[in-house]
Amino acid sequence: MTTDPAAEPAPGQVTDRVREHIVAMCAGPEGGHLGGSMSLVEILTTLYFDVLRVDPADPGAEGRDILILSKGHGAIALYAVLAERGFFPAAELATYGRPGSRLMGHPVRAVPGVEMATGSLGHGLPLANGFALADASRRCFVIVGDGELQEGSVWEAAMSTAGLGLDNVTVVVDRNGLQITGSTEDTVPLEPLADRWRAFGWAVREVDGHDRGKLRKALTARSPGRPGVVIARTVKGNGLPSVQGRVDSHYARLGERQLARALSVLRARARRRSS
Amino acid sequence: MTVPTREAYRDLLVKLMADDPRLYCLDSDTGLFSGVDFGPAAGRYVNVGIAEHNLMGVAAGLAASGKIPFVNTMATFATTRALESLKVDIAYSGLPVRIAATHSGLSAGHLGPTHHALEDLAIMRSLPGFTVVTPADATATEEAVAQSVDLPGPVYLRLGRKATPALEAGPAELGRAQILREGGDLVVFACGPHPVLASLAAADLLAADGVRAAVVNVHTLKPLDVETIVSSARNVKAAITVEEHWRSGGLGGAIAETLSEHAPTRVARIGMPDTFAQEVGGQEHLLDHYGITGERIAATALTLC
Repeated sequence: MTTDPAAEPAPGQVTDRVREHIVAMCAGPEGGHLGGSMSLVEILTTLYFDVLRVDPADPGAEGRDILILSKGHGAIALYAVLAERGFFPAAELATYGRPGSRLMGHPVRAVPGVEMATGSLGHGLPLANGFALADASRRCFVIVGDGELQEGSVWEAAMSTAGLGLDNVTVVVDRNGLQITGSTEDTVPLEPLADRWRAFGWAVREVDGHDRGKLRKALTARSPGRPGVVIARTVKGNGLPSVQGRVDSHYARLGERQLARALSVLRARARRRSS
Repeated sequence: MTVPTREAYRDLLVKLMADDPRLYCLDSDTGLFSGVDFGPAAGRYVNVGIAEHNLMGVAAGLAASGKIPFVNTMATFATTRALESLKVDIAYSGLPVRIAATHSGLSAGHLGPTHHALEDLAIMRSLPGFTVVTPADATATEEAVAQSVDLPGPVYLRLGRKATPALEAGPAELGRAQILREGGDLVVFACGPHPVLASLAAADLLAADGVRAAVVNVHTLKPLDVETIVSSARNVKAAITVEEHWRSGGLGGAIAETLSEHAPTRVARIGMPDTFAQEVGGQEHLLDHYGITGERIAATALTLC
């Protein structure tokens, strides 16, 4: 049930394909949460390809590691990575947002690989505490948005994780700095974020959230007796210069021409990297 | 057996946990388990602190991992503070979490409306997949706990705080309403220790006036025993519902909806009026003050017959 490095395409290729899937889903009938999905690409890809002990052929296998996407509005990034990892055929991504599809706008357990339904913020860490309590031998990861940290339930759960000594829990903060109405710091300031987690009894690691090598190192590190948090510095909308770092990248419904332009930008970027 | 339903639940849970490694007891610092010796199951008693959202999430995570958690908090905190977690984390995924909700209805008495739970039945019966049970005494509580262990979906156990008399109603089966008294002229549907006792008292009072009132204990509000309810209401002049709950949305609502659809019958609903308790009082004082009594039920019945 361990990941097979040989099965992984050359570095960069998976994340490029995931980004293409995301923009394609944003061109569906309902659009999608573009910005906060693009900021998640390396985090999710690193977890599913390099870190998590999961088996796409047996998504409910005993003893598997657990990932909960607490920022459920990043669903399209999760669906894209699950499809690339082999949990279901990538062709199904084209049904996103279409009547009758099981790929809802927020993660649904009916989708292979999705552990828990999320969408209302602040639910992931309490759930992970339960998964971690049930089996100390597995690792439980929770990806939270930085804006999500304004939900009180995150912090009541964070106290509990540390208090119960659940060192198999790791939170990843997608620290893209933006929420719907503006920057997190102009809305409800989160800094000093690392100190806040430390004060709650967590081991803190801060990394570039778009660097798979650094993410892998941070995500595989453990601190015995203490839960860990990886503050992943990311860029909302990463990969699309026209939207990245912009508040209005939060949700997008791309027209045909916008989709074609986005795909061409992403492909040019991928070519530049590989040349 | 005159013991509080919450203590009957606690004592049985501790026994069951010793033999069943799937069972967990999740506490939110309620004090119900202070001094309790869980023996070999001590590692499966977890106090997550005063944090009800986290409590329900932990339960969902355990249940999604194949465990069967019994979750402990007061009814009002379970169903209003932690409602979103009940909906999203537990009901949406259909997970086998058992919520032991103590201090239901007016049983918190003088502690006041912050601790009363008069909306919980309305809330819980609206959530898909939940089994919702109000045991009428300690024995019925034990039966409900034992029968709930292996149910595939989530369960809400509505428990009280103080001791209530043994009903000696015979075995209670989840999902099957109990006909406690045969009638003929009208039928009284009740749930919970005090409403059931008051309904039986009313039936006695009415018998003295020559009115034959059936009494049906609707301990399981969901799934509702539509067959027994409908058959009990056929050929009677009226139905009365009695509950320790606001009059909207709970047992009265469920019965009115069911009879409207299947056997149109005049329904009078007895329960807490549309107000918060305005004065100090123990549970019995408040029930009396707000008219959840045998006398009130009998008087209402006489106006309908």
